[in-house]
Amino acid sequence: MKKLAVVIPAYNEEASIAGVVNDVLTSAANEFVSIVPVVVDDGSHDATSAKAAETSCVLLKLPCNLGIGGAVQTGFRYAFENDFDYALQLDGDGQHPASEICKFFDYLHHHPHTDVVIGSRYIVKTGFQSSAMRRMGINMIKLIIRLLTRLSITDATSGFRLLNRKALAIVSNNYPDEYPEPESIIIYHKHNLIIAEIPVSMKSRQGGKSSIRDFASLYYMIKVSLAIFFTFLGNKKSI
Amino acid sequence: MDSFSLRIQIISIIVSVALLIFAVRLIVKGKLRAEYAIFWIAVTTCLVLFSFWRDGLQFFSDLFGVYDAPNLVFLVALFGVFVYLLHFSIVISLLKEKNKNMAQDLALMKQKLEMLDKEFGKSENYGKK
Repeated sequence: MKKLAVVIPAYNEEASIAGVVNDVLTSAANEFVSIVPVVVDDGSHDATSAKAAETSCVLLKLPCNLGIGGAVQTGFRYAFENDFDYALQLDGDGQHPASEICKFFDYLHHHPHTDVVIGSRYIVKTGFQSSAMRRMGINMIKLIIRLLTRLSITDATSGFRLLNRKALAIVSNNYPDEYPEPESIIIYHKHNLIIAEIPVSMKSRQGGKSSIRDFASLYYMIKVSLAIFFTFLGNKKSI
Repeated sequence: MDSFSLRIQIISIIVSVALLIFAVRLIVKGKLRAEYAIFWIAVTTCLVLFSFWRDGLQFFSDLFGVYDAPNLVFLVALFGVFVYLLHFSIVISLLKEKNKNMAQDLALMKQKLEMLDKEFGKSENYGKK
C-alpha cells in the first residue's frame, strides 16, 4: 500500500489540533493509503505540542516560529526523507475536513500522472466561502497566475493540496516563505509538474487565527503579486 | 566667520576621532566582524581626514563639478548608506534562509532521536551495558 503523510502545520492550535489529527486517523481514505499524520508545531506558545503528542502522530517541533511556508516545508522534508509516496497539506485549524482526503485519491486514481492536486473551494460552491474582499484578492491572484502560466487555478491560496514524490523532491529543496500557496504554483509550473484542481468543501476555522489576517490589505496583494512575479522570473535552478 | 568654521572643525575632529576609536574598540573586543570592520574604519578615517583637511572638500567638489561643497557630502553619504542598507538586507536574507534550514534540521533530528529512544530505551541507558 502507498504511504501518505498528512502534513498539519499548527501554530497555537491547542483547541483544534487533537481533533484534526483524530479525524485524519479515522478518515475513510485509510482504505486506499496508509496515512501518517505529521504535525508540525511552528514554535507555538500554547499546548499545541502536548495535545498533539497525546494522539498517534509524528510530531515535528520547530525550535522557533518559521511561518507557514517554513513549517509546511518541514513536513514535506519529513515525507520525502522517509520515503512517503504522497504528502497532503491539511491546516491545523480544522478548515480542511479530513473526510475530503478521499476525493484527492479518487482523482489520482483516474488521473495517475498528476503531480499536484489542489483542493478548491470555488469550483463547486459548497461549504465555507470566504469574505467578499478576500475573494476579490483571490481573483486577482488567479488572474496574475493565469497571465504568467496560462493555468486556470480557481483557489490559488488553498493550502489543501496533495503532492506526489516528484513534487516533494522539489519543495523539499525550495519552498516559499510567508504566503507560499500562490507562489508555489509558479514553482510547480516551472518544473513542468502537472497541476490539477478538484472541488472540495471547507469549513470555517475551529480556533486560532488565519495566517492571512491582512488579506484585504493592499500590502498583502502587492507582496504576493511581486513574489509571484519574481518567482516567475527566477530560473529553475535558483528557485 | 572664521571662528565659526574653526569651531565646527574642532567639533567634527572630536566626533570623528571618537567614532574611529569606538569602531576600533568594537573590533578589538570582537563585537564587530572583520568584514564590517574594514568598512567602518574606512568611513571614520575619511571623516577624520576631511575634518583636518578643510580644503579637501572644496577640492573634490570642484573636481566633480558640484556647486555647493556640502551637497557633495550629502550625496556621497546618502548613496553610501543606501548601498550599505541593501548589503544588510542581503545578509539578513541569507541568515534567515540558513536559520530556517537549521530549525527544520533540528525538528527532523529531534523527532528521529525520540523515535530511536522509544525503540532502544531511554538515552540515559546508552553505554551502560
